[in-house]
Order: sequence, then C-alpha cells, then structure tokens
Amino acid sequence: MKAGEMPGLAVRREKGWLVANRWLLARRFTQLAILLLFLPGPWFGWWIVKGNLSSSLTLDVLPLTDPLLLQQVLMSGHLPEAIAAVSAFIVLAFYLLVGGRVYCSWVCPVNMVTDAAEWLRMRLNLKGGASLSRRLRWWMLGLVLLLPAVTGALTWELINPVSMMHRGLIFGMGLAWAVVLGIFLLDLLIVRRAWCGHLCPVGAFYGLLGRWSLLRVSAVNRAACDDCMDCFAVCPEKQVIAPALKGEAKGHGPVIDSGLCTNCGRCIDVCARDVFRFTQRFDNRVRPATAGSTHQSEVSP
Amino acid sequence: MSGRRDKGFDPVRRRLLTEGLRSAAGVALVATVLGAWQRQARALPATAIRPPGALDEEAFQGACIRCGLCVRDCPYDTLKLARFGEPVALGTPWFEARKVPCEMCEDIPCVAACPTGALDHSLTDITRARMGVALITDQEACIAFQGLRCEVCFNVCPVRGKAITLELQHNRRSGKHARFIPMVHSSDCTGCGKCEEACILEEAAIKVLPIRLVKGRLGRHYRLGWKEKEKAGGALVTPDVPHQYNLPEGMRYDYEGEGLIREQPADSPFSDTPLDTLNRKGGL
Repeated sequence: MKAGEMPGLAVRREKGWLVANRWLLARRFTQLAILLLFLPGPWFGWWIVKGNLSSSLTLDVLPLTDPLLLQQVLMSGHLPEAIAAVSAFIVLAFYLLVGGRVYCSWVCPVNMVTDAAEWLRMRLNLKGGASLSRRLRWWMLGLVLLLPAVTGALTWELINPVSMMHRGLIFGMGLAWAVVLGIFLLDLLIVRRAWCGHLCPVGAFYGLLGRWSLLRVSAVNRAACDDCMDCFAVCPEKQVIAPALKGEAKGHGPVIDSGLCTNCGRCIDVCARDVFRFTQRFDNRVRPATAGSTHQSEVSP
Repeated sequence: MSGRRDKGFDPVRRRLLTEGLRSAAGVALVATVLGAWQRQARALPATAIRPPGALDEEAFQGACIRCGLCVRDCPYDTLKLARFGEPVALGTPWFEARKVPCEMCEDIPCVAACPTGALDHSLTDITRARMGVALITDQEACIAFQGLRCEVCFNVCPVRGKAITLELQHNRRSGKHARFIPMVHSSDCTGCGKCEEACILEEAAIKVLPIRLVKGRLGRHYRLGWKEKEKAGGALVTPDVPHQYNLPEGMRYDYEGEGLIREQPADSPFSDTPLDTLNRKGGL
C-alpha cells in the first residue's frame, strides 16, 4: 500500500473488485439479510422472525436469546423461564462454532455504522485524534454485569446502542438516531474504531466467547507476506494479526488465536498474496515457503 | 531520576497502572451516571401501564430483556416498546389505556411469549391480572354524578358487574330523579383500561392508575365493630341490645331513615309548629 492509497488496491488491480471485496460483500449481505428477516412481519404481516437480537422466535420454532442479556437477568436476581436458558445456549453453541465476534462483524447493525465511519476516515485521510485503551471494553463488560447486581435492573439496556439500534430499526427509533450518529462521529472524528474496537461491552462478551471458538482466520501462507501492511490497515482489531503473521520466530502458529478477531475476513480480501484463509483453530499447518512465495504476477503468462 | 529507576521503576508497569486507573475512573463515572439514570427510569409515569402479569416495576426492569415478543403476539397492537426519549425505561413494553386498552385475551398471548418471565407465567386467568386499577378521577366532570344517564364505563367493563357497579342514589338537585353512580371495585378490576378508553368525555373522568397510587390502607390495628360482631356472632364489648336514644317523650329516631320523628298523640295540646304553641293566646 502506498501512502494515501486505499488498502486492497493491489488485489483489486490483479483480481478485480469483486474478489477484492468478496468477504466484505458476504458480510454486508448477511447483516442486511438478518435485519430484513425481522422486517416483513411488522411491515406486511409475514412473520419470519419475531422479536429482536435480544430474544427472538424464528418461524415459531427456533428461540434465540442473547446470552449476555440472560447473564444480566441472572445478576439482577431474577430466575428466568427455562426457554430463555435453552435459547441462550443455542446462541452460545453457534458462536462457539463460528467465532464469538462473528456477532460483531456479521450480525450487529452498529458494525455498518462504524465501518462507514472507518471508510470515511480513510477516504478523508483523517489522522490522529484521542486514544483509548482496548482493554477499556473489559471494564465496560464488568460494569454491565455488575450494574444489575447493584440496581436490580438491566441498567446497561437503558443506553446500549447495539440493542437500541436493532430494536429501533424494527420497533421504531425514537431519538435513537442521535445515539447512532454519536457513535458514527465518535469513530470518525475522535477515536479510530472507538466503539467496536475499544468500548462495546457486547463485543467484549463475544470476544470472551471467541477465545474458545472453532472457526478461525489463519495466516497460512505467511511466508509469502511482502509487508504491504494492507491487512493491518483494514483490520478492526489489528493487534490480533501480528502474532500469527509475524510470530514464526517465536513459535506462534499461523492461526489467529485471539478471541477479539471478528472473523470479518477483510484481511483475506485485501491480501494480494493470499496469505490468509479461514480454517479451524487446530489447523496450524503452514503452506510450504516455496509455494507461498510464488507471487501471482510472477506466474501469470 | 536514575535513582528512582534503580529502585525498580518499570515504565511498562507504570503505563499499565496509569491506563488501568484511567479506565477505572472513566468506567466509575459511567456507572454513577447510569446508576442515577436507573433510579429515574424506575419512576413509571402514572398513565403508562405494563402488560398483564408484569412483575412489580423494580423486578420487571431486572427481568425484561426488551425483546418485544409480547408486543408481537399482542393481537390488538396494544403493547409498544418504549423508544429512546420516551418516559418509560428504554425498550420495555407498555401501553396507554386511553389510546389502546388491553382487550384481556383469554389465552394471554403476551405472557406466553415472554421468554424470561418478566410477565409472570403463573398468570393463567386474565381476570386475575392487576395492571392497575380504575378510578373516577373527576366526579365534577363525570356526567353520571350530574344525574345524567351514561354508564358507558359500566357497560364496556370486561369484568361486567363486578369491577364496576352502578350505585343508585337520590338526585338531590332535581329532588325526584335517580343518579347511577359508577363505582370501581379493586377486588375485581384488572386495570385493562377499557373504561378509560370508552369514557365519553373529552378528557376521561375514569382513569387506570398504578395500584400503589390509588389504594389506601386502613391501619392494621383498626377493627370495624360490625365486622367483628359478625365474626364473633355477637357484640364483643357491650350487651347486644338495640341502641336506646335518650329522647324526649313522643320523639323517636329513625336511624339511616327520616331521622328525628315527632310522634304526636291525637290529643296533644301542642301544634305541629312550635311557633303556634308559643304565640297562642294566654300562654301555657
């Protein structure tokens, strides 16, 4: 990546726009599709999914409940119905399979807002701003879980932008637009990736879950890396890449083992050298250096 | 500062400590603001009614996960989720009786839909729901109190003849008509709000309000004599004899009736009106 250039340009030139954005497009499609599943009901009376991301019922058979919310209910001292526990367990099992923070990058509607802020930040070449610790989210998660024990209520839900936005889109926004706009501006002007990458306790919870999840991104072809830095530029949690990509000397496997990786696949999109691919957590194989070092442009006729 | 460095000054540890303190301070501030906000959020406006079976407000806000499944299964679109900026805790279900009241479905779908039991699943008979209690808030405006026939609240009440009854009273203004006064009985009122919705006035004179605002409570030491008497099968303190009024001869007292009655013997030297007696010639 050259200075002032958008990341992923190299692969776009070589393989075309579609390939350079395949995972991003898949992600946007999934995010919108999940949102759209909730909407035919209130709009036309065709009920596919009822409720919202806090708890839902799909086709009157599949109940799903946000496990973090259930945990807060338990902390408030209320023993919920069994169906809440069962439906939260289904969600837990799903994210343990596909990656905890798949919730963040493939489901959560706020991701589209913060990604838009990041895109604009790059486009306008906005640098600097304030800095926040990425560990702040663990404090936030602690706060979210502690508040119900003190107040006896789901206090975080008074302000939680994630559920507020999703519920708003389905049940009516009210003034929630102001909160969404606030997050957009915070990410754009004050701290880069402030909400999803530093503050959001929901993301922190799924990040915790992601420590034990199965589906992973692996820098399987790390020998081919030419240090273009495109993956670092696009990664919403760029600290997770380095150990896998550059940790060979320290004996680190090529699999990104941090729970904070959102499995967004953007690094796979922008890498012109096909360094990254999806695999499972126990697959620590590395592609032989000879095969990996073959650059696409070198073998093309 | 080399001396300090020698004594184990570790820049990494210092950075981590500073960062931790900053985070703790920031999060503590957020916690304080949110905690204070929570206390305010618990003050539900008097006109906001929770769905049937809702736990009391404090427990409800700990149990409700704001999913809206109750809203979706309400066949009459009575329920709505509080939006940001509305005076009800964000995302929780509520309704306003004057706009759309609860239709009291027999199968109570909203309660069945609740995944957490914030709407108590032990509520299976909708007539046992206690969403609030109706109250004639303005007797000056209610036309039944003016002696006009209305009885709309009585007629729309789903717990007909029990939650609202009509009490027959004498119309003292006209002197010859009756007044049919609606009276709410909290023992049977579910707080569904049908009466408030149907009230024919521009501003309803009957409103569903939170039970805690409406209900009074007699001091626990109070004993109502006639009830104790009924329970005991006889008076407990004084001999159970009819009360003797100490009245002048020729007078009697009709309790809860005409009041003081002069029983005039036929040969009385006195006239009906005392003035005649006083003014007659010759004096007594």
